[in-house]
Amino acid sequence: MRLRFIALLVGAFVFLFPFYYMLVGSLQAEPDPSVTGAFPSPDNVTGQNYVEINKAIALGRSLINSGIFTGGVILGTLVFGVLAGYALARLHFRGRGLVFNLMLLVQVVPFQLLTIPLYVLIVRSYGLADSYLGMILPFAINSTVVFIFRQYFLQLPAELFDAARIDGAGELSILWRIAVPLVKPALLTGVLVTFIGPWNEFLWPFLITKQQDLQPLAVSLSNYLTTVAARAANPFGAVLAGACVLAAPAVTLFLIFQRRFIATNLESGVKG
Amino acid sequence: MSRLAVSGSGRRPGVVGRILGEHPAGTAFVTPYVVFLAAVFAYPLGFAVYMSFHDYFFTAPGAIVERPFVGFDNYVTVLSDPAVRRAFGNVLVFLVINVPLTVVLSIGLATALNSAIRWRTFFRVSYYVPYVTASVAVVGVWLFLFNANGLVNSVLGPLAPDPSWLVNSTLAMPTVAIYVTWKQLGFFILLYLAALQNVSKDLYEAASMDGAGRWKSFLNVTVPGVRPATTLVVLLATVTGANLFTEPYLLTGGGGPDGASASPVLVMYQKGIEQGNPDIGSAIGVLLVVGVLMLALAERRFVGRED
Repeated sequence: MRLRFIALLVGAFVFLFPFYYMLVGSLQAEPDPSVTGAFPSPDNVTGQNYVEINKAIALGRSLINSGIFTGGVILGTLVFGVLAGYALARLHFRGRGLVFNLMLLVQVVPFQLLTIPLYVLIVRSYGLADSYLGMILPFAINSTVVFIFRQYFLQLPAELFDAARIDGAGELSILWRIAVPLVKPALLTGVLVTFIGPWNEFLWPFLITKQQDLQPLAVSLSNYLTTVAARAANPFGAVLAGACVLAAPAVTLFLIFQRRFIATNLESGVKG
Repeated sequence: MSRLAVSGSGRRPGVVGRILGEHPAGTAFVTPYVVFLAAVFAYPLGFAVYMSFHDYFFTAPGAIVERPFVGFDNYVTVLSDPAVRRAFGNVLVFLVINVPLTVVLSIGLATALNSAIRWRTFFRVSYYVPYVTASVAVVGVWLFLFNANGLVNSVLGPLAPDPSWLVNSTLAMPTVAIYVTWKQLGFFILLYLAALQNVSKDLYEAASMDGAGRWKSFLNVTVPGVRPATTLVVLLATVTGANLFTEPYLLTGGGGPDGASASPVLVMYQKGIEQGNPDIGSAIGVLLVVGVLMLALAERRFVGRED
């Protein structure tokens, strides 16, 4: 029993230490890679790295871009995902089985394989390079979340819907007035699951944004990492400061809602 | 007529109802999603295959040019390119390290977490944090840790490898593989935790009645009990690994040293977009999908077999 606990403790250290070190490193005036450098010392603490990275990549602008990209994906997933999830759970129409199978199938299609054709189509054919729309489009509806919505709608009692239909309510008003208010927890789960995708996404926005003032933080930070950092006074400090800013929203959301994150993951694991 | 069909649960279906089903509104509700799937998944997949068999190049929007069918030319070019062959070899090295390590560590940690133990929530949360964090952010701190004068090397002292981890052509790919294992492990631990809830407690009791120790019952009850989860973990880890891009791009400065950690997706990006040969890039993509599919089928056979 004690051995197990120690193994788990060592594991937790390995998982958390880089995050601690990220924070410590972002506050160092002089990068100190020695063992004592892992402990913050009062005469080597500074906020200068945050000023430095803000000057180089405009943190505020990048955060707004990340926010618009993520917000667009969440909005698309909530609106169209709720519609699709409700239809798949509650309505009988031709082709329902086919759509359901497609939804499961696309979850195993790795996005990177679609990179080249999507790049050709979105950037070259539709001229959507350097635009929020082009960034959002490939992620606009999260299929995992459509699946989660469907599962929640399935659990509602059928009598509820039959009664509303006998009263002559249209499907859209049944969905909006009766079904959606009953699955509010599903909406929160949907937002959380959707959030980490676009917030952390690198490859796609990297490919389609050349204009710096449109780049999400993950892209501008990586550009700093690969090109500018070599010339900075304390490159690691500035990179780690940017990393802290990029990591903070996702980690904070996760810590606040960890129960919901983990429960969703457990459920999808059982069903998968 | 159509109104009747919309509200007509249990009533005689109208013409619309007979064609579309009991609730035609359903068709309307899924239409945006179906259009999305067609535009973002189905069409690009077909387009990638088309490009890989044609001489396709970037043109100004609206320009009409001939793009002749070239058969397997693009595939021949790709397969005779040593950089591409090396990238496919690299990803195999990656998978050989990443997949078994992921399975062993996540099954072990999940089993330990599943027992009545203090601080369970704390452990679960700490294992999951890297998974929710952007790779770009965590790469920054790994660069700091594993650089030639970094903390890892100062702890190791004389044992530190020279050249250092990420610039060493033998160690670069294994370091990337370990990084990805670390980053994804929390997700797989949770998959195993879910699977462990379905292993019957009676089996453990029966095993201990037969005098099996903890290790024996782990091998004879836990491991077979979570086999479906293992199949899933192996397949997911393989697919994620085959799509490796961000890590070699950032951790090893674009697949360095000298292509030793280049991944197929990285080469696909370099050839397809940077050098402007989308037909070559598509051919790499198609080969990668075919390779992953074959590997996945083989793994399913091997891992998913019944004893």
